[in-house]
Amino acid sequence: MKTIIEFRGITKRYGPVVAVDNVSLAIGEGEFFALLGPSGCGKTTLLRMLAGFEQPTRGQVLIDGEDYTRVPPNRRPVNMVFQSYAVFPHMTVAANIEYGLKMDGVARAERRDRAREALALVQLEGYDERMPDQLSGGQRQRVALARALVKRPRVVLLDEPLSALDAKLREELRFELSRLQDKVGITFVMVTHDQDEALALATRCAVMHKGSLVQVATPADLYEFPSSRLVADFIGSVNLFEGRVVEDHSDHALIDLPEIGIRAWLDHGTGASGTVQIWLAVRPEKMELHKRANGEAPPVMEGTPGGHNVVAGIITDIAYLGSESVYEVRTEAGKILRVIRPNLTRWDQEDFTWDEPVWLGWHAEAAAVLLQ
Amino acid sequence: MSDRAEVGLLDYSRRLPVRLVLLVVLLFLYLPLAVLVLFSFNDSRRTTVWKGFTTEWYARLAGNAELILALANSLTIALVTTLIALLIGTLAAIGLWRFRFPGNGLVGSAFSLPIVVPEICMGVAFLIFFARVLRWPQGLGWPLDLGPIIIAHVAFCFPFVTVVVRARLASFNRDLEEAARDLGASPWRALFDVVLPHLKPSLVAGALLAFTLSLDDFVITFFTAGPDTVTFPVKVYSMVRFSVTPEVNAISTLLLLITVALTLVALRVQAVAGDLQPRPTA
Repeated sequence: MKTIIEFRGITKRYGPVVAVDNVSLAIGEGEFFALLGPSGCGKTTLLRMLAGFEQPTRGQVLIDGEDYTRVPPNRRPVNMVFQSYAVFPHMTVAANIEYGLKMDGVARAERRDRAREALALVQLEGYDERMPDQLSGGQRQRVALARALVKRPRVVLLDEPLSALDAKLREELRFELSRLQDKVGITFVMVTHDQDEALALATRCAVMHKGSLVQVATPADLYEFPSSRLVADFIGSVNLFEGRVVEDHSDHALIDLPEIGIRAWLDHGTGASGTVQIWLAVRPEKMELHKRANGEAPPVMEGTPGGHNVVAGIITDIAYLGSESVYEVRTEAGKILRVIRPNLTRWDQEDFTWDEPVWLGWHAEAAAVLLQ
Repeated sequence: MSDRAEVGLLDYSRRLPVRLVLLVVLLFLYLPLAVLVLFSFNDSRRTTVWKGFTTEWYARLAGNAELILALANSLTIALVTTLIALLIGTLAAIGLWRFRFPGNGLVGSAFSLPIVVPEICMGVAFLIFFARVLRWPQGLGWPLDLGPIIIAHVAFCFPFVTVVVRARLASFNRDLEEAARDLGASPWRALFDVVLPHLKPSLVAGALLAFTLSLDDFVITFFTAGPDTVTFPVKVYSMVRFSVTPEVNAISTLLLLITVALTLVALRVQAVAGDLQPRPTA
């Protein structure tokens, strides 16, 4: 994959505040790249430096190998879709879309053709002469998108593209955005605080925290192989245990989990030597719930020799979400854990209920070991 | 529960006392003006007794060269003042809004100070200024001899423009300007294509304010006018010192008509511009 954007050692300070702290990052041509993080993590500042609205205090921004660090926004081969859409309220839809071409000195006839083409691309044919206040939020966003795409930029920047829309529309546009990106083949860089949005749209994500990159990976890797507690916790929901490696072999490891008073069996070695503290992360949907009767032996979890990865608890809360249910279980040691079970049939055969004693367990391959 | 919905405290359509108060206020506001207009058609030299209808005073106006000249002076001054005040006032507002420099707040206050400084102080100040600092050459002829008045008028009019434009700028979405820049516009181009259209209603309002303030200013003009330059309010004042003739009524009525027409135009422009504001998304 050819690199199209490169941040080299970018630092941005606002007075004493460090918004972006020594970030280096390369984005490949044709990627749908997401900068993900909580508000104030520096992701928007990074995007604005790419657009040219901010200059880094230190470091370089390269596009196609050329240094664009100090180039003003009107002379960059990137175009942005703003969070507020920023559709010019005093211009028709067509005038909005043609504006960028007009600035480039494109002849009127060609402008009109390309604007029409762009409108068709975002499925707004026939809206040329509408004024922005006659459009819905979703339509305005399409206009903003068409206005950016019509200039055929090297990169399209999206600032929280779906955050201002309602849930139903958001889901529709999510699919449409990635279809559109496939079709035009332009590199997209998106900023979002919404992990679902990032996971659904991006081919690769960078998770940011307090101005630094924490992990850069594909959505699946971020979710299944988080590099730290921070990422595991930010992406989706997770059960975290403090642990200590007791046995470490090439094909399995044993980890002591004092918080719940059991030992976990892993189907791979950890590479972490004996006394080092580690954390074990298990996603709620990778946990199993079993009925527990007095005096009954605990169930054997797949991939373990038995007696591992199982803890006794009591259901303290149930949230029914339609497609799935979330169970909160308190272990005997008092730790609260979460389990998600898909509602595969229209009523639950096992019918777990409040205050019910249960076994909680996970497969030998379900847990991720985190060193920090 | 009563059958009728509760009547609001100030619901004047359904409360007689409130209606009466409204009537009194309207009379208070418009009765003097009505009398002024009415007596401009009075067939009598005296302005207190109604004798009969005539348009003689309007006809006689056309023959009063001094009054016409004074009006021409006033309109010229108002027009030039408006253009200059609009330019300076808008630039000041944009500068204060756009750039966060040390002393920004102080400069902003300095720009609005002339609004509250008593006119008489401004008048005396300008009198001294043109006597001691900037001596305006005499005998330059029309319209150059209006220079001192125009300078003084710009000084007290542009702060009003600045205030109005600044208020409008506060509601400007900076994303729009950045979007224009992002699409290839230079900073100036973005200002003209995106910021100015947003400011349009405030420019109209500011211009109208400046125009009317300048047109009917008496105090400052009185102190800055040279011996040969007479503006309309100053001329009317000197005429009234002897007696108010129906002629003054007539020309005042014409002036009233002009300002009302201008206001209607301004309201219309603002209404159109208001329609272009983005509505909240459903």
